[in-house]
Amino acid sequence: MKQLDTLRETMRRDEVFSFVKPDANIQPITDRGVILSLEGVNKSFDGFKAINDLNMAIDAGELRCIIGPNGAGKTTMMDIITGKTVPDTGRVRFGQTMNLLGMSEPEIAQAGIGRKFQKPTVFEALTVAENLELAMQGDKSVWSTFRAKLSGSQQDYLGEVLETIGLQDGAKGRSGSLSHGQKQWLEIGMLLMQRPHVLLVDEPAAGMTHQEMDKTTELLTSLAGDHTVVVVEHDMDFVRSIAQRVTVLHQGHVLAEGSMDDVQQDQRVIEVYLGE
Amino acid sequence: MFRMLRGDYGGQILIALVVLACAIVPYLNLYVPPSSPFHLSTFTVTLLGKYLTYALLALSVDLVWGYLGILSLGHGAFFALGGYAMGMYLMHQIGDRGVYGNPDLPDFMVFLNWDQIPWFWQGFDMFWFAMIMVMFVPGVLAYVFGWLAFRSRVTGVYLSIITQALTYALLLAFFRNEMGFGGNNGLTDFKDILGFNLQSDETRIGLFVASGIALILGYLSCRAIVASRLGRVAVAIRDSEDRVRFIGYRVDKVKLAIFTFSAVLAGIAGALYVPQVGIINPGEFSPLNSIELVVWVAVGGRGTLYGAALGAILVNYAKTYLTGALPEVWLFALGGLFVFVTLYMPKGIVGLMRRRQKEIGA
Repeated sequence: MKQLDTLRETMRRDEVFSFVKPDANIQPITDRGVILSLEGVNKSFDGFKAINDLNMAIDAGELRCIIGPNGAGKTTMMDIITGKTVPDTGRVRFGQTMNLLGMSEPEIAQAGIGRKFQKPTVFEALTVAENLELAMQGDKSVWSTFRAKLSGSQQDYLGEVLETIGLQDGAKGRSGSLSHGQKQWLEIGMLLMQRPHVLLVDEPAAGMTHQEMDKTTELLTSLAGDHTVVVVEHDMDFVRSIAQRVTVLHQGHVLAEGSMDDVQQDQRVIEVYLGE
Repeated sequence: MFRMLRGDYGGQILIALVVLACAIVPYLNLYVPPSSPFHLSTFTVTLLGKYLTYALLALSVDLVWGYLGILSLGHGAFFALGGYAMGMYLMHQIGDRGVYGNPDLPDFMVFLNWDQIPWFWQGFDMFWFAMIMVMFVPGVLAYVFGWLAFRSRVTGVYLSIITQALTYALLLAFFRNEMGFGGNNGLTDFKDILGFNLQSDETRIGLFVASGIALILGYLSCRAIVASRLGRVAVAIRDSEDRVRFIGYRVDKVKLAIFTFSAVLAGIAGALYVPQVGIINPGEFSPLNSIELVVWVAVGGRGTLYGAALGAILVNYAKTYLTGALPEVWLFALGGLFVFVTLYMPKGIVGLMRRRQKEIGA
C-alpha cells in the first residue's frame, strides 16, 4: 500500500516531481533569536554516555564559550552539530526550522555552519591562498569546481580575509611551512571564506604563544556580531578574555550556564573542576 | 588550450618529445632504406607504440594515485576491458578469413559449437560503436565500483585490496569459455583495422601516431583537471579527506568523477595497445600487471603526470631489455626496483631531478 501511495504521489499531475522542487529544508536564517539549538540529545559509544540529555540554545550573533573537563562531550557535541556523528535521540536545529539530523557533512557546511578543528588541519601541499580559495562559499559540485575561476569580487574578499588573518605576505607560500599559530589563523580564515552563519571553533588557543593568543582573542571578538561564534576551550584565561556567555559541560550534560563570573561562583562547577 | 601547461616544464618537454617522435619515427621507418643504420624496424615502431599506450595508462593511474590518493591496484582491469572492446571489433573484421571460414562467428565460437553470436557481441562490427564501448565499459565499471566504494567511505589499503580483487575476479571470469570472450586464448589472429592490413608498415605507423596523439590529449586533459580548482580539491582530499567534507565538498562525488575519468583513459590505452600487440587475453587482468603499473608510476614520480609517463617508458624499456637478455631476472629486478624506489626515491626520478636542480640553484 505504501508503494502505491508513493506512486500516486509521484504521478500527481498538479505537482512537479519532488526532486525538482527546491529543498524545503533550506530556509533563510533569521538574524534574530535562536540560531542553533540542541534538544534532548543523547549519544552513547559502546555503553558510554558521551552526551546525556543535552539541551542548549545559541542566539544569533552571540560569542559563546563551551568549557568542561576532559571527556565532558565537547568534541562529540561539535561532531553532532556538523553531521560527523549521528545522535541516538534528540533534535538539532539550525535557525528556526532546519533539521540538521540526517544531513551530510557537506550539506551542513553548505548550509552555513563552519568548523575549525582542534588540531589545525590545513591542506599543506597547497598555498595559503589556495587553501582559502577552496573554502570559499559557492557552488561546490564537481563540474562547477572544475570550471571555477576567481571573479574580481571573490579576489577582493580573499584579499580581505588574508588581511584579517594577517597572512597577506605569505599568501603564495605553501601552507605546510606556516607556524602552528599561523595555521590556526589560516583555518579561521578558511572558515571566514565559507561565510558561515555559525563558526564552531575547537580549541583555537591550543599551543599558542601569548601574543598569538591575544591576536586570536581579537580576531574572534571581532567576528561575533556578524557571525555566531561557538568556542570550545580549555584555557581559562583565554575564555575569560573573550566570553560573554559560558556553558559548562560535564558528562555530556549542561552543568551551568551564564557569565564567566556567575559560572565561576557556581558550587557544582567548582566541584567538577577542582575535584571533590 | 595550452594554458594548463603554463609552468609545467616537464609536461612541455614530454609533449614536445612525443610530437617529435610522431614526426621522426614514421620517416625513419618508411623512407629511410633498411640498409641505412638510421632505419627503424617495424618491430621497434610497434614496441615504441606499445610504450606510448603504457604511458597513457600510467597517466591514468597517476591521476587517481598521485593527486587523489587512491592507490588502485586494479587499473589493469580497465585497460584490459578497453582492449577487449577493441579486440571484439577486430574479431568481426576477420570475417570469413578465420581458420574455420565462418563469416559470422569468430573461430573460438565455432570451436565451441555455438550456432550464433552472443547478444553482447552485437554492434561490435561497427567501429564507432566499438570505440564508444572502449570508453563506456571501463567507465561504467569504474562508476559502479566507485559509487559503492566511495559512498561507504572505503579508503586506503582496503580500497587497494578491493581493486585487486576486482581485477582478479575479472581474470577468473574471462578465463571461462562460457563468458564468450575466447576463454584462455583470448582474442587474436586479427587481420584488419578499418580496412587497413594490421601487418603493413603503414598501419603500424598509423597506430603509433594514434597512440602518440592519444597520449598528448590524455596528458592535456589530466593536466586540465589537475590545474583547475577541482585538482586542488583532489589534492586536499588526498591529504585530509574529512576536512574537505567540512568545507562543503562532496568527497565521494569528486572521487567518483576523477576515478571514472581515469578508467576511461585506461580503456583508451588498452584499445590502442591491442591492435599493436595483436592479442588480448585474460592475462591482462592479472593482478601482477596492475601492480607493475603502479611501480612504473612510483619510479617516474607520482603526482607529476609526466613523471608517470616517463616511468612507464623507462621501466618497460628495461623490461624489454632484461626479459630478452636475462629472462629469469626480470621479476626480481622489478621487485627490487620497487623496494629501492620506495626506500630511497620516494618521489621517483622526477623528485631526484628536482632535488638536483635545487642543489645547483642553491
